[in-house]
Order: sequence, then C-alpha cells, then structure tokens
Amino acid sequence: MQWEVVIGLEIHVQLSTKSKIFSGASTAYGAEPNTQACTVDLGLPGVLPVFNGEALKKSVMFGLAVGAKINERSVFDRKNYFYPDSPKAYQISQLYYPIVGEGHIDIDMEDGTQKRIGVTRAHMEEDAGKSLHESFHGQTGIDLNRAGTPLLEIVSEPDMRSAKEAVAYMRKIHSIVRYLGVSDGNMQEGSFRCDANVSLRPKGQEEFGTRAELKNINSFRFVEKAINVEIERQMDILESGGTVTQETRLYDSEKNETRSMRSKEEANDYRYFPDPDLLPIVISADEIEAIRATLPELPDDKCARYMDQLGLSEKDAKALTIDRDMAEYYETVQQAVGDAKMAANWILGDVAAHNNKNGIEFKVCPVNAEQLSGLLKRVKDNTISGKIAKEVFEAMYAGEGDADTIIDKKGLKQITDTGAIEAIIDEVIANNPGQVAEFQSGKDKLIGFFVGHVMKASKGKANPGQVNQLLQQKLKP
Amino acid sequence: MHNKTIAELSAGLKAGEFSSVELTQSYLDRINSLDEQLNSFITVTPELALEQAKQADEQRAAGNAGILNGIPLAQKDIFCTKGVKTSCGSKMLDPFISPYNATTINKFNDSGSVMLGKTNMDEFAMGSSNETSWYGAVQNPWRKNAVPGGSSGGSAAAVAARLAPAATGTDTGGSIRQPASFCGITGLKPTYGRVSRYGMIAFASSLDQAGPMTRTAEDAALMLNVMAGFDPRDSTSVEETVPDYTANLNDSMAGLKIGLPKEYFSEGLDDAVAKVIESAVKEYEKMGAVIKEISLPTSNLAVPTYYIIAPSECSSNLSRMDGVRFGHRCEDPKDLNDLYIRSRGEGFGTEVKRRILVGTYALSEGFYDAYYVKAQKTRRLITNDFNQAFADVDVIMGPAAPSTAFNIGELTDDPITMYLSDIYTIAVNLAGLPGMSIPAGFVNDMPVGLQLIGKHFAESKLLNVAHQFQQATDWHTKAPAAFK
Repeated sequence: MQWEVVIGLEIHVQLSTKSKIFSGASTAYGAEPNTQACTVDLGLPGVLPVFNGEALKKSVMFGLAVGAKINERSVFDRKNYFYPDSPKAYQISQLYYPIVGEGHIDIDMEDGTQKRIGVTRAHMEEDAGKSLHESFHGQTGIDLNRAGTPLLEIVSEPDMRSAKEAVAYMRKIHSIVRYLGVSDGNMQEGSFRCDANVSLRPKGQEEFGTRAELKNINSFRFVEKAINVEIERQMDILESGGTVTQETRLYDSEKNETRSMRSKEEANDYRYFPDPDLLPIVISADEIEAIRATLPELPDDKCARYMDQLGLSEKDAKALTIDRDMAEYYETVQQAVGDAKMAANWILGDVAAHNNKNGIEFKVCPVNAEQLSGLLKRVKDNTISGKIAKEVFEAMYAGEGDADTIIDKKGLKQITDTGAIEAIIDEVIANNPGQVAEFQSGKDKLIGFFVGHVMKASKGKANPGQVNQLLQQKLKP
Repeated sequence: MHNKTIAELSAGLKAGEFSSVELTQSYLDRINSLDEQLNSFITVTPELALEQAKQADEQRAAGNAGILNGIPLAQKDIFCTKGVKTSCGSKMLDPFISPYNATTINKFNDSGSVMLGKTNMDEFAMGSSNETSWYGAVQNPWRKNAVPGGSSGGSAAAVAARLAPAATGTDTGGSIRQPASFCGITGLKPTYGRVSRYGMIAFASSLDQAGPMTRTAEDAALMLNVMAGFDPRDSTSVEETVPDYTANLNDSMAGLKIGLPKEYFSEGLDDAVAKVIESAVKEYEKMGAVIKEISLPTSNLAVPTYYIIAPSECSSNLSRMDGVRFGHRCEDPKDLNDLYIRSRGEGFGTEVKRRILVGTYALSEGFYDAYYVKAQKTRRLITNDFNQAFADVDVIMGPAAPSTAFNIGELTDDPITMYLSDIYTIAVNLAGLPGMSIPAGFVNDMPVGLQLIGKHFAESKLLNVAHQFQQATDWHTKAPAAFK
C-alpha cells in the first residue's frame, strides 16, 4: 500500500519580553534556580496575574507577518492540571479566543516550487517551570525561573507531507520570529520548541489516520529524524495490519526512537474555563495598524528585492535572507562597497564558512560589516587582488586589525608600478629562455607559466591584469 | 471605651483622651478575657498591635495622624499578612506564614491603624455559618450556640461583641451581609472591582469582594475610604475615582425611590423577619422616601447559578494548595500522586471538598457547556434584571437573610438549606453590585438585617441611606448582653 504522511506542528516560541507575561520578574535565561520567581510566579495564595502588554504587541506582529486575522478580543483561559513545575496547578493560556487567527506561510520545496502551509492559530500562554531530576538524591528539584515566561504557541494546519516539509516550515517560522525580533529563537535555551503531530493514511484517502504527538523536539535536525522514525514505526504497524494508538510520544535522540508517554485514555481533562482574574484582551483596528507600521521587511520581501533591485540570483538572495542578522550585514556591505554580487559572494563564501567553522553567528562575527566593507573597497580600487584579500580576511578574522592596517603592516599592497613589474618580467624571461622560445613558436598556453612565475616572484602583489598585459608585449617575437 | 465607634475613638485619640497604646491594650484585654466564649479570632497579634499602636502615637505626636490613625481593627484571616499566619480557616494553610501583605493590609497599615489579629472564618470562605472553620465554630454573641453566620463569622462576632471597633470581611455570596445580619452589625460589600483582591485568598475570583464590617454606616464609610481604589496588581479592580464616602452621609431621604422586589418577600422568608423589614421600610417612608414594588424575575436562578460558578472557580483556585511549596504536606509521601492526594485529602475539610468536586464536575469535558456556560448566561440575565430595576429606583431593599441566626449544628447535614440562607445576597454578587446589611430590629432577641442594594459604584448612596436610618433608629447601638 502507498501511504501518505500527514504532519502538523505546534511551535512554542518564547517571546523576548523583559519581564514575565503576568508578573514583573525578569525572563533572563540562566540565573540561579528560583531567583527570578516572585510571589506571583510562585503561585502563593492571594496573588493575581497582571498581563504584560509587550507580549500582546509581539504576538500581533507575528500574526500580521503570517497574514493572519488578529482577533480584536481575545480571552485567557485556565488549563488545569497538577504538576510540581506548574505552581498554580493551572496554566494561563488561550483556548476559545486566541489572539491570532488563520494565516499562512510559503515554504520552498526541493523541486524549486513553493508550498503554502496554513497557520491555524497562535495564542499567548505562560511557560511552566522546570523539574530537575538529577542531583537531588531520588527527589525532584523545582526551578520556577522559567514559570511565567511568555509563549506564543503557533499551531499549523496538517498540511505537511514529509519530515523535510516540516523542517522547512519550522525554519521559516524561526526566520520570521527572528526577523520580527519577537523571540531570540534560541533553541538550546528552549526559546523555540516544537511538538509534531504525525499520522499516515492510504494515499488518496480523505480521512486522516490516527496521530501520535511527538513532544518537545528542540532542533531542526531532531525534528526531521524524530518524524522519520515515527513514520517508519507507524508504517510498520499499519503494514502488518495493526492500528496506531492515539498517544503522546517522546523522541529519544540518543537511541533515535520514539516511545509512549501517555495514551489518549490517560490524557488529562484540562477543564478549560475563562480566567476570572484577567479581563479580555481588547485591541482596536487602529492599534493593530500602528503595530503593522512597525513591521520590518520580512524574508520573502527582502529576497524578492535582492533579486529585482540588486540582480542577485534566487539562490543567493534566499541564502542571504534566511537570517535577519546576515541580511543586515549584507546590506551594510553592499551599500558601502556598491557591488551587490561581490558582497554576496564574500558573505556567502568566506564569511559564512568562517562563521560556520567557528560556530559564530553573524551578529557577533569578528569581522563586522564595516570592516568587511573596508577590505572589499581595497579590492575594488585595486590596492590588493582578490587572492590577497582572502589572506587579509584571515588576519582580520583572527583579530589583527582592519584591512588597511593589515595590508600596510604585511606590505601586501598590490604592485601597480609598471617599471617594477617590468623588472620582474625581464628577470623571469631571462631565466626561462626555453619556455620563451616555445611560447614564441606558438605555444600560447605557456602564458600561464610566465604569469605564475611573475606573481610568485612578486609574492602575489603584482597586479595580475598588468602582468598579463606586459608579458604579452614583452614575449612578442 | 469599647462601645465607641471608630468616629468617636478617632475624636478621643485626637483630643488626647487616650493613646492608641491604651486603646489597643484595652481591646487586647477584652479579646483575652472574652474571646474564649466566642472563638472569633484565629490569631491574636498583641506584640505587633502594640508596636503599631506605639508608632501611631508617635505619628500623631509628629502631627501626621489620619482619621484611622491608632484605631485597632481585626482582619479576616483571608488577607495575607506578612510574617503572620494566614490560614483562611483551613488546616491546609495552618502552617502558612505569608511573606507578603495583601493590598488591603498595606492600605490599613498606611492609614496608621492597628491590627489586633486575624478573625475566624469558614474554611476558604466556604460556608454560611462559620462552622466549616478548621479552628472550630464561632459563637454568636447574642445567643449561645447560635451561629454568627459566615463566612466572615469571626469578624461579625468580634465587632458585635466589642472585641474590635471594626473588622474586614469578604463577601462572595453574602459572607459580609449575612453574618452582619445575624450579629446585628453594619456590613458593606462594595461593587466588584472597588476594592483590590490582591493578597485576599481567592474563593471565587469573579465574585469575591472585600468590605468593612462595623457598627455604623459612618464607620463603614471611614473604612471604605481606606480600602477602595484601583490596584495595578489586580486587573479586575476598576479605575474609578474614589469619593469621600462620608461626604453624602447626611443627604436627605426625601424623594428617594426604594424598590422592594416581590420575590424577596415570598415563600421561604420567616414571617417575623418580614415584619421587621416592613417596619424598617416604613421608617424610610416617614423620611420622605417613595416605595415601589418591583420584580426581579430571575431571582430563583441565583442560587443554582452561584453553585455552578463559585465551585467551578474555587476548584481551580484551590488547586495551588498542593503540598509542594507551602501549606500542609502529608507525612512521607510515596510518590507525587500520593503527595497530592493525601496532602489535599488531609488539608481540606468536607465543605471545601464538596465544592471542589462540584466545580471539577461542572468544568469537565462534556459538561462544561451544560453547566458553566449556561450559568454564565443566567448570570447575565440576573444582571439584566437588576439593571432594569435600577432604571426606576435608586435603592433596592429587602431582608439580608431569610431568618435570624440558626443554631450550631442545625444545618450542617443539610447543605441545600444552608445554601438557601444566602438566597437574598447571592444575586448581588453575581451582578457585581454593592450591597449592605444594617441592623433593623430583633426577632426573639436575635438581630435582623435590612439589605440595601445599590447601582454599580453607588456605595456613597448606600452609606447615605444606611446612615439616615441609623440617625432615625437605635438598633445599631444595641449590644449583646454578655458583651456590653
């Protein structure tokens, strides 16, 4: 039987507000346990939540960026369940009236086409604390620093048909929230987390198969692997005539397998109801438009502009616009140097390669956009050759200073003085009479041999164009 | 001294007739010698009280004494008080020493008043007789073995017995007005959102409201002047200007339009209580008020609506009492579930468990629409009834409770009848309106309360109407024989 894979994702994005969604405590990552949990976060008797309007603004920005309907009235509900890292024993979330309604994004398919993925909704909620099971001698430690960190849960339609599509969707959402600055998207720190609903159905069947929900997968790579092993697991069951159980499963990245956490029967009845401690969130059409006006240029628009106005290839334009920091870096260099293609080649080539090798992000690249511009200008004005520029870049990346300093210090300035180049050429000609004779008898290819020797003798500094031109003149029989 | 009102005590302090330390000590002595008979306090805080009294006297000497400066007060044990046990009448919170103050407590501290201690109450404010308290029942000062009403039974008994000039209460379905009625004192439940709920342990968040329990309307106005106001820490508190609630106390009753809902004078109301209420209404007629019969046709929906909404909210609000971070924790839990089940099983009393179960059921999947959503709709109808009635009248009057205080143990096995003792007060909470109970007479030597219901934020009007009655009558000055 031919099976069709159906995937929907729920992505939890921590919104980058300074304080928590319902209290004044800091959201900074990595503090000592329970030092960023105030009376409200601890869920002490009598405390009340007060909504942080920054979370609303950031949620609306996301909604607008995915072309979604923004609900002018949204309501917080309580999701009731007992767990030690949920101090009130309920999570404040939005079930019945979420802030963001239906929207969509377009993902790039491997065949070069695009596919539209529906965003069902996105709602605001509070993050839970953390249960720490290690180093407490069989007991469990509770850290409530994270409790109350604002989350935007983005729910997709079940529109994805492969793990690759799911990853492309996730990357696109990641790119959008980073562009908008609504989240740092830091996956190691849990700012961007994903649950995947996976099911299979016979190809051509309308009705969905029974799904399993894979919880909390925290990297692009693991999402792809987790979905693929889950697809295999379900296919094995279905092929052997079994039925898939609706359940929540956990992905074990070390064993590369998913295992059952709880079945549908064991699932909680969350007893959702509107939180009587909070008023409905009301935002006017004017306020929504004011937020729309603050939206930055988004990756798709930027990509189109790079192609139309700067003449970049689609491949380069896409690569440059995935990450907002990289795109900003590119635009600074491109404007300073005035050569869109050259800037793109350098950034997607040497700069990206160095960053990747060192695990460094563009925002903190040791050669900043101004410094790279300084280097490329020296290539443009023929102070150095492209080849020497790579050497200078290495030194810049190692922190030896800006381009001009390094060129000066290392004496890498290109030799453009005709007399000096002629002197070197004369010496090379004198030392290689045999090759001169061969060239003059018609072996044109030998020009490369002479250029190579002249460049070598000049330690790469001679202007290659001039060398070529002078050699042609001097070698004429 | 203990028969004086806040207004009189404040004048005495101002005139230097006595110091706050002396005043406070005299109340502490009364509590010490008399509360054994009543059990109206869960915690008495003599050291703190005398320290606060000393500071109040110093402040007065320095020339910055407000009207409540140096006045001893009792606080219902539902308000979080920093460094002092805050039990909410429950074994669950018996070990809980709050690390912070409720907004109301901060406001009273800022006013220079003195806290004598924390008063007894039904467990988590769930009850109409104060019998559900883990710290035992409270006696009604007017008759041994009668209940003081609830849930603010300790506050009502303490004020009636002159163990404190005034106290705070909270009212979710009548918990200020019904005990005020049973104990013959003045109780005001303000408009929902008028007083901050921050630090007031939640029973039913959409209904809970704190208010003063005093001997006179004037004292209630003085207390409300301190308590009322928007609190940025309570999203449901309202940004409505706080007037001086004493400013209109003396307005004339001439032309005041009083509505009497016929539903409040029908089946279920004790005949003798009805007569007391009727004669109180006549008093207003004498003062020039106009009486009008009105109808609140959805009155019969109030109790069932309330007993869906309040338990639903409480089932969620009380979930944080899980034995993990504070409060009672069972011995040697085997695992997490055991910790939850035994801590909560041991920590909560029967009535609290009953309401948690009812609320959990009403909110569960498949029942939510039939119960909670429907109750929200009937709540809207009840509110509409009041809005319509207030198009024609200024104040609605009726009994605060269908009877005078019943006996301890009389209704404990009959929760439905117990719930019906709040039949006239509950609708006011559902509609978010302000309501009062003021002493209006006696039946068999037991006090009867007249309920006044006002429009949203019409506390000034209610206090005016109550004050005028107290100018014309002396019911509010009567003290129980054993506590004169």
